[in-house]
Amino acid sequence: MKQSPKDSGANKPFRVFRGLPQLSMLALILVINVINSPSFFNVTIQDGRLFGSIIDVFYRGAPVAILALGMTPVIATGGIDLSVGAVIAIAGAVTATLAQTELAGWQIISLALLTGLACGLWNGLLVSWLGIQPFVATLILMVSGRGMAQMITEGKILTFTNPSVDFISRSAFLTVPTAIIIMMLVLALGWVLLRGTALGMFVESTGINRVASTNVGVKTGAVLATVYMWCGFCAAIAGLIITSDIRGADANNAGLWLEMDAILAVVIGGTSLLGGRFSLGFSLIGAMIIQAMNTGILVSGFKPELNYIVKALVVLAVLCAQSPALRNFTARLGQKRRAAV
Amino acid sequence: MIRRYLPLLATLALLVIGYVICAFEFKNFLSFRVIGNLLTDNAFLGITAVGMTFAVISGGIDLSVGSVIAFTTILIAVLVQWYGVHPLAAFAVALAVGALIGAGMGSIIHYLRLPPFIVTLTGMFLIRGISFQISTESIGIDHEFYATLTDFGLRIGRGKLSLLAMIMLAVVAAGTVLLHRMRFGANVYAIGGNIASAKLMGVPVPSTTVRIYMLSSTLAALAGIVFSLYTTAGNSLNCVGVELDAIASVVIGGTLLTGGYGFMVGTLAGVLLQGLIQTFITFDGTLSSWWTKIIIGILLFSFILLQRLITKFGQKK
Repeated sequence: MKQSPKDSGANKPFRVFRGLPQLSMLALILVINVINSPSFFNVTIQDGRLFGSIIDVFYRGAPVAILALGMTPVIATGGIDLSVGAVIAIAGAVTATLAQTELAGWQIISLALLTGLACGLWNGLLVSWLGIQPFVATLILMVSGRGMAQMITEGKILTFTNPSVDFISRSAFLTVPTAIIIMMLVLALGWVLLRGTALGMFVESTGINRVASTNVGVKTGAVLATVYMWCGFCAAIAGLIITSDIRGADANNAGLWLEMDAILAVVIGGTSLLGGRFSLGFSLIGAMIIQAMNTGILVSGFKPELNYIVKALVVLAVLCAQSPALRNFTARLGQKRRAAV
Repeated sequence: MIRRYLPLLATLALLVIGYVICAFEFKNFLSFRVIGNLLTDNAFLGITAVGMTFAVISGGIDLSVGSVIAFTTILIAVLVQWYGVHPLAAFAVALAVGALIGAGMGSIIHYLRLPPFIVTLTGMFLIRGISFQISTESIGIDHEFYATLTDFGLRIGRGKLSLLAMIMLAVVAAGTVLLHRMRFGANVYAIGGNIASAKLMGVPVPSTTVRIYMLSSTLAALAGIVFSLYTTAGNSLNCVGVELDAIASVVIGGTLLTGGYGFMVGTLAGVLLQGLIQTFITFDGTLSSWWTKIIIGILLFSFILLQRLITKFGQKK
């Protein structure tokens, strides 16, 4: 594992292996869930598909996980993409509209994915070429995107029955629901793109210091445009899954607030919002942590609205732990203690 | 000098041109009734946007305002309907709670050195969640004091300047004085311009930062009071996405999202411009509501682009 200079040396009194906090958090939530509902890990096979609460965590968590995989490199460049919820709505509207025509399944899916790429390219150009701050640049699409989705569906909630779109979320491969398989494929694709090539390193260096990266010859503009396109692409995939799941497109509510869940997943996964080092795998675990909390709250019979409070408190705790100010403070305490010994 | 006022002038010109176009299409736009309604319907947005202007000029942002509005409406409804508290006392409680929320977020932003947008995003979730915990149903407010307040207004011709519109205009006026004529306002500009030099100049950064977010949350609570008067009900689902409308008003009003530059009057123009688009679409009847979102998106883009060009042009010189 690579180390950024910030983390090395005496500043970190308790050095643990990376990912331990995330994994123990996931384990803790799963244990609480089992205590609350002993049947949590029961898995049955119905209609050639796995069923059970634990499968539900993966199945329901897939859209947020895919969004988080898209958002991770964006956050690693020190940026943010607030428009993913709107891109989900646009991709969903495109899918639902095309599903009513004679087009073949692969054509519908490719057009939806192209829409996502186009949205990402727009964001990427605003950030890299015009140099607008990422959260402002993506705010534009966040505001107008839902309007565009409504324009495509002409203000209606479109429903459809089209087997070639249905399969995305409603079928299973070797008893594993397809949504979970798509999630793993996106993880694999992301890993090949970012870690199989030097792109991941360029992303990290752009996030740590854009000017320095430009000076050593990294094409930071192209790197930025690429990560936003990747994010739009992932959002379109999440949009396809959600649309196929409910067999319809709701321009107002599809993907509403999912951008927050995705950001939360990435932050829980340990990628700093200030940019720099990232990990796709831990973002995926972050999304699973969020969904395990959601499912846990649902199966234990609390109001689903409790989710918002729990999520907010968790993200606050993680943010405080990441806060440079607090870290300096604890480091100073540690040094004092060592000096006293 | 002209460059300093260019975004503001562009906004004002756009507002005037928009109004003239509307008046040509529909004569009723010239009536006091439409103008009165325009002010009343956008009163809560205007009040929120004033608070947002301070946050944005300081280089920050407050994404929690929509949730604070919803929370305030539900808090007032519960206090008045379930516990029989007098509305005025409920208003005082709501404003105090709003100030507390802002103080909490401001302190976290300053002392933990965390980006404002992620802190207020967390606040948005937390406060929305708390309102959902209080009640997910809409609670109607049935109190004679409410009826008196909503009936109150100045008649001008056939139109009416309602209490809500008066509150909004008063808040904008007070905000203008606070931002452009008081030391606090100067400190806000200084922090937004360059926080390091602000500190060196002796600007009290901690207290100013906390106060900015206190001001924004308190004004959001006031907007919540206005909204509860407007709808005479409390609902935890109120005002989802109002933070975006408020940010759009501020940006369309010519304020720089990177901080350090902006005018209160521009924010009012931004609010009215959005209201104008909405009223025009309602009047027209054939245009669909989604055009509001798309047009606001286009306006946002144009103004951000304009700002970008001005700063780039300024640097080259």
